[in-house]
Amino acid sequence: MKVLVPVKRVIDYNVKPRVKSDETGVDLANVKMSMNPFCEIAVEEAVRLKEKGVVTEVVAVSIGPAQAQETLRTALAMGADRAILVQTDADLEPLAVAKVLKAVIDEESPNLVVMGKQAIDGDNNATGQMLSALLGWPQASFASKLEIAGDKATVTREVDGGLQTIEAPLPVIVTADLRLNEPRYASLPNIMKAKKKPLDTKDIASYGIDTAPRLKVVKVSEPPKRGGGIKVETAADLVAKLKNEAGVL
Amino acid sequence: MAVLVIADLNAGALSDNTHKTVSAAQAIGGDVDILVVGKDAKSAADAAAKIEGVRKVLLAQSDDLGHGLAEAIEAVVVPLMSGYDAVLTPATSQGKNFSPRIAAKLDVSHISDVVEVVDASTFVRPIYAGNALETVQSSEAKKVITVRPTAFKAAGEGGSASVEDVDAGAGAGPTKFVGEEIVKSERPELTGAKIVVSGGRAMGSAEEFQKVIEPLADKLGAAVGASRAAVDAGYAPNDYQVGQTGKVVAPELYIAIGISGAIQHLAGMKDSKVIVAINKDGDAPIFQVADYGLVADYKTAVPELMSALG
Repeated sequence: MKVLVPVKRVIDYNVKPRVKSDETGVDLANVKMSMNPFCEIAVEEAVRLKEKGVVTEVVAVSIGPAQAQETLRTALAMGADRAILVQTDADLEPLAVAKVLKAVIDEESPNLVVMGKQAIDGDNNATGQMLSALLGWPQASFASKLEIAGDKATVTREVDGGLQTIEAPLPVIVTADLRLNEPRYASLPNIMKAKKKPLDTKDIASYGIDTAPRLKVVKVSEPPKRGGGIKVETAADLVAKLKNEAGVL
Repeated sequence: MAVLVIADLNAGALSDNTHKTVSAAQAIGGDVDILVVGKDAKSAADAAAKIEGVRKVLLAQSDDLGHGLAEAIEAVVVPLMSGYDAVLTPATSQGKNFSPRIAAKLDVSHISDVVEVVDASTFVRPIYAGNALETVQSSEAKKVITVRPTAFKAAGEGGSASVEDVDAGAGAGPTKFVGEEIVKSERPELTGAKIVVSGGRAMGSAEEFQKVIEPLADKLGAAVGASRAAVDAGYAPNDYQVGQTGKVVAPELYIAIGISGAIQHLAGMKDSKVIVAINKDGDAPIFQVADYGLVADYKTAVPELMSALG
């Protein structure tokens, strides 16, 4: 059984993003980049499935610039077997990403796709659902638990108010939520080994898919800042202010 | 121009998120219809018909729709889209689950988590965990949008739209509902509550969280929230989580207790009208967004607050 794990190179989650002064986007020059945290969870889940003997091969795929090779090497160091970079310098929208992933899946024929529920840059939370719709494969989004038995996946999903469990025959698209697992840190020997694992690079143009942006970004701006408030001395002062000044009690 | 709003149901009843999404639809302009999907959802459809300014309510009912399965909802909505220029869904976990599928099937972009409608084709949405706002313009024939409900005022009541049944679609195909565990609570729902009391990692244990946060919330008639740190530590259940990766809230009053104020958390609550922070670390970032800060150990401050409230 083969599992495909799409991963995205994004701004490191510890870095505070800064909006460019000309409002054309977020400044990514000389900023630390890392694997999207939800993608890390997806890689971890795929590697655990391999360690349990459920899957035999974990293939990581990224669509992005040449530097996304680093992100794929991270996936390989975590335990993926091989990697594919679909190279492009353009910033693709979720629909275009889903179409390219579909083309990769048509070539690779995995039994399962595990991917992050959203990337922390665009925060779209859309690619997995779109991929499922394009492929006509069952969708199990926001997974906090994944079990594969035979040709069936049972997935516990995080929904408003609690958890929902669904089951679907493979192949399935699973999108990982935060609590699916805690990703491992790659060990130094595994980082060294990862350098020798196969990483194929393909030109995005070879897929013949229209990936031009559909939306025009008019501007990217700073959110309105909240003015700092005041400090109160006691709980009684606080209640008085909330009642008399703010009028919210 | 016609806009379809997909209703949000909570335990079978129409939720306020629907009214807020209708407001966003009205900002786009044109006729606004509401689609109610569910099982035994007639009463929710009747409630939707009373929302002011709604032309008509469409009702699709089946078991799969009752469980909110994404494939089943997509199968109802996509055929209806020949009659609409845009479809708006509240960005709840269910809305996020199915809405992008509709966009993919229509071969258009998905515009996620809209917080402002500038005009019929221009929308503002948060990116980078709310650290930036992106204004996007769509020239596509159909617009598929999720709306962040807390960013819009609820549309009023007073309408009397007709309710008509529509085809319930082909169901979810091979995807089957197995079960669910929904936390039952007497407290208001987190995203719609007027007051939210949230606890952080400073609580130190689930017992302490229950002992400190919950009585204060009950005294105020508030919903209970938690920081991601508190949820990850197991002090509070997952669905209490307020933040970019959890729920986004914008109550009249948000009280953060023992929460340092990570960017992740602030993204989920910074649009609250009044923010109160109680933290013993006077340098905690939460104080930079708080209207009223009390630098104190919650262990003494919360009991004092309880008695000051009377």
